Amino acid sequence: MSVFDGFKFRSISSPIHQLDPRAKFVYVCVLFAVAIMFNNIIPLLILFLIQIPIVFMAKVQKEWMRSMKGSAVFAIMIFAVNLLSLYFYAGHETFTSILERSLAMTVRFIVLVQSFSIFFLTTSPDMLGLALEQSGVPYELCFAFTTAVRFVPVLAEEAQTIIDAQKSRGLEIESGNFLRRIRNYIPILIPLIVNAIRRSLELAETMESRAWGACENRTNLYVLKIKTNDLLLILFSLLLLTVSIYVSIHVYIPPLTSLLM
Amino acid sequence: MIIVENLYFTYPNGVEALSGVNLRIEDGEFVAIMGQNGAGKTTLVKHMNGLLKPTRGRVLVDGIDTRRVSVARLARKVGLVFQNPDHQLFSETVEEEISFALKNFGYDEKTIKERVDWALNMLNLERYRRISPFMLSGGEKKRVALASVLAWDPKIIILDEPTIGQDYMQKEKLRQFILQLNQQGKTIVVVTHDVEFVAECNPRIILMKQGKIIASGEAEEILTNEDLVKEAYVALPEIAKLFKCLEEYGFPRNVIDVYEAADLIYKRLRARNERI
Repeated sequence: MSVFDGFKFRSISSPIHQLDPRAKFVYVCVLFAVAIMFNNIIPLLILFLIQIPIVFMAKVQKEWMRSMKGSAVFAIMIFAVNLLSLYFYAGHETFTSILERSLAMTVRFIVLVQSFSIFFLTTSPDMLGLALEQSGVPYELCFAFTTAVRFVPVLAEEAQTIIDAQKSRGLEIESGNFLRRIRNYIPILIPLIVNAIRRSLELAETMESRAWGACENRTNLYVLKIKTNDLLLILFSLLLLTVSIYVSIHVYIPPLTSLLM
Repeated sequence: MIIVENLYFTYPNGVEALSGVNLRIEDGEFVAIMGQNGAGKTTLVKHMNGLLKPTRGRVLVDGIDTRRVSVARLARKVGLVFQNPDHQLFSETVEEEISFALKNFGYDEKTIKERVDWALNMLNLERYRRISPFMLSGGEKKRVALASVLAWDPKIIILDEPTIGQDYMQKEKLRQFILQLNQQGKTIVVVTHDVEFVAECNPRIILMKQGKIIASGEAEEILTNEDLVKEAYVALPEIAKLFKCLEEYGFPRNVIDVYEAADLIYKRLRARNERI
């Protein structure tokens, strides 16, 4: 549950929250691209570090820590898999360079999770829907998207209640062999899916009784506008992208170990 | 016997749902836990079968600390029926639904069949035996959920909001049924808002507010104390309201039972008629 909290919108006022979702989206895309561009640990660490002031500016340190803690398990797995596969298949590399490359892959994963976490922590689903709508996506699709996002925490809570109810009836989810464990989830998934379908039908009915789709051309109470800060963020993102492309083609990046020694 | 000692519980999101609850429920007792939404009633009963473990303090069920054993083990003693049956029904037939817990607890085929027959019969669900629980009405689903817990014959039965969505007749049947179980020696804990239902059952009442117990005592004492009941956002039962109005005519205040009320009024009327 606490892992989800690391990706759930936190409604507070901060310069980052007030940014246009489209500007933030550009930033996240650039960050993704750059993170995938590099295999070395130094640029990836730099990417990780430049996001920390953003986290503090957005005042979401606690939630961000949650997403980091939640991804720790996967990070360790990625590290272990990289380490093992490089160790057995890379052949003539030294152990330190193998270690460094595995660490780089882990940091890359963490950077991706981190940027995702910041984006969703500071962007309300409504704003995101609005951004989609203003980008020309049909309203029905935008609405489906925002509804889906909004119902994630509801479903998570419901899943917990169902788990509790079935545990009270003697279900031990963590018992038995692999197949048995999969079967243990049937009593949880069936009520969850049935309720989700029922809820969606009810939602459709209430939407229609509130005249959903009555007007052809909807207008919005809020209209997104690109402001100075948004422009700055987009400029920064583009700069980051250009510099990264240049560096990755023309500059030799030394391994961290050689710098330390 | 359930002993709750200085229980504190904080949810992972930082909300403190229980702050210093002390409670003792004897074997064979009938207790109703009441209070406004978010007072911590459901959180408290989820500690009694170990679904939630105390942040501070402890909960003992028959002397066993709930932190030491699994929910599955405690559930054999403590049957918790959830508020919404849609959160537990999943089987193809009502029969299978009821046998789910029995299979989990490892009963043999023969016992399972006996217990399922008994539970179906007890809750008047015999004719739905081979029907999908999803086809039933709200009230029937609730009875299936109840049957699925009663089937393994737990010593302590906890019912979370059993009267929601039930019509008057069903409520009355449920009340008779709960009283019958209680007479058979079962410990009953009911979490509810339904003050009329409680007034008719006449159990021991525990009033909760903001994670604390603010009062505990006989229904006649608690449900006729207007200040206390108001503080817990519970309404006075209709009979208590009536007798509050009649107080200035010399009627007692602590009446919640319809028959007792009728008796008192009847006696007064007869005395007056005799005087005339």
